[in-house]
Amino acid sequence: MTGPVISVRDLTVRFGASVAVDSATFSVGKGESFGLVGESGSGKTTVLRVLAGLIRDWTGAASVAGHDLKRQRPRSLARMAQLVFQDPYASLHPLHTVDRVLGEVAAIHRLDNPNERIEAVLLAVGLGPEFRFRFPHQLSGGQRQRVAVARALILEPTILLLDEPTSALDVSVQAEILNLLRRLRAERGLTLLLVTHNLAVVANLCERLAVMRRGRIVETMDAERLRRAEPEQAYTRQLILASRGYDRANAAEIAFETEVG
Amino acid sequence: MSGAASTLRDYLTTPTPRSRRHAALQRAWLAWRRLRNNPTAMAGLGIIVLIVLVAAFAPWIATHSPFEQNLNNRLAPPSAAHWLGTDEFGRDVYSRLVYGSRVALRIIGLVTVITGPIGLLIGAIAGYAGGWVDAALMRITDIFLAFPRLILALALTSALGPNIDNAILAIGITGWPPLARLARAETLTIRASDFIAAARVIGASATRIVVGHVMPLCMPSLIVRLTLDMAGVILIAAGLGFLGLGAQPPQPEWGAMIAAGRKFVFDQWWIAAIPGIAICVLSLGFNLFGDGLRDALDPKTHS
Repeated sequence: MTGPVISVRDLTVRFGASVAVDSATFSVGKGESFGLVGESGSGKTTVLRVLAGLIRDWTGAASVAGHDLKRQRPRSLARMAQLVFQDPYASLHPLHTVDRVLGEVAAIHRLDNPNERIEAVLLAVGLGPEFRFRFPHQLSGGQRQRVAVARALILEPTILLLDEPTSALDVSVQAEILNLLRRLRAERGLTLLLVTHNLAVVANLCERLAVMRRGRIVETMDAERLRRAEPEQAYTRQLILASRGYDRANAAEIAFETEVG
Repeated sequence: MSGAASTLRDYLTTPTPRSRRHAALQRAWLAWRRLRNNPTAMAGLGIIVLIVLVAAFAPWIATHSPFEQNLNNRLAPPSAAHWLGTDEFGRDVYSRLVYGSRVALRIIGLVTVITGPIGLLIGAIAGYAGGWVDAALMRITDIFLAFPRLILALALTSALGPNIDNAILAIGITGWPPLARLARAETLTIRASDFIAAARVIGASATRIVVGHVMPLCMPSLIVRLTLDMAGVILIAAGLGFLGLGAQPPQPEWGAMIAAGRKFVFDQWWIAAIPGIAICVLSLGFNLFGDGLRDALDPKTHS
């Protein structure tokens, strides 16, 4: 573990009058898997979009793979960090075949041997060559998400940014995608930054995590503490309780702590 | 034969296409199948094909020359010699109708070729770029929209010189603003979608996104709008012809034929009514076909 691969300091993003992310600071080491959790609207996806270069209007300092994010051109950033979107039904162009989706990435970055690369990356995400010329409507949700992962991986980035990669999928497929991500991370030494509201997914895949609320990072801890359910902050405890599903006693406790906090 | 047909069918319906061309063919086949199951769209296609055939084989289908005058047989009612009667110069209305289909299709074709690309390009660029580019392009569009279309076309044709080609050009130049508006509206919704964000994340340039990702999705609604505009295009061409700025006599243009028949509409109604019916049928054909085409091309209705 050398210096951090992703480093974010005092990141602030404003959309008009509202502050989506408020001085967020965290760093992710090489090969580490880092979770960013929080409820809807807590700003976690915004952080990811900044790191992917989709949001350009922000203040603070952020670097990806040792390069200052402010000075990166989108094309060179693309080779360092890639984003996998939440909803595979929305993130693939409805008129583009799998081949076109992957071939386009190869064409933009002028990769050599595009044919071999496309076949290899499809195999790596567990799709055979028979899927190569299909349209998204000919694929299941899990297969689509595999294509989205393949699109991110064909550039061989060192960092994979994952925006709730499983929440649009049904439970059995979720496990498939999580296993795929774990295997790819081991094989390629990827650094993962995973955004999710699902604590089980974080406990499963990540070593460290940060909890966000209303644009602020309220707590950073390791997954071991999360598994033992020993957070320092009351809000994190609420999240853990809420993630166990609804039960009357929990609901009462959450309501109480919300009033107190 | 049936063996060959079934292997072709397999080739077109197999879930595992083996090449880019194979996938494209399958896609076209699927669109065609959806179109084929739509009776009104097929009726529209039938009308269009029929009129195209009539235009192509006009010399064989027409019974007389469209230009030959016979002043001894003016304004004759339909008969065995002149199936749809004769006009005020004794010309055979049926033959003029047949030859007029060539002019009508030429107007429609050229106007589509002019307005479609301009409207699509301006709308997609304005919608995707946003900011001052959007403002500038949309204000230009507003200027064109502010004039009644016929008046603008009139000004252009009188400036360019009165003939059918200049009329087509004028109609084309005045026809793109509504298409640009439509393309811009479509682009605004497409731009916000995840797959466009995904294209930006992989480093695609704005040009690549607009041409390769946005425009293909704008096409279905644009095609429908274009086909719905066809009737109006023919009527404006007719209006220009009527004012002496479009088709020049003795060119057999349907709109000009109506204009000429107007003088006799109470006594020899068929002279105006017959080209009117022809315009109506052609517009109907395009409307029905356009509507079916939208359903067939719409990616959201994929089975």
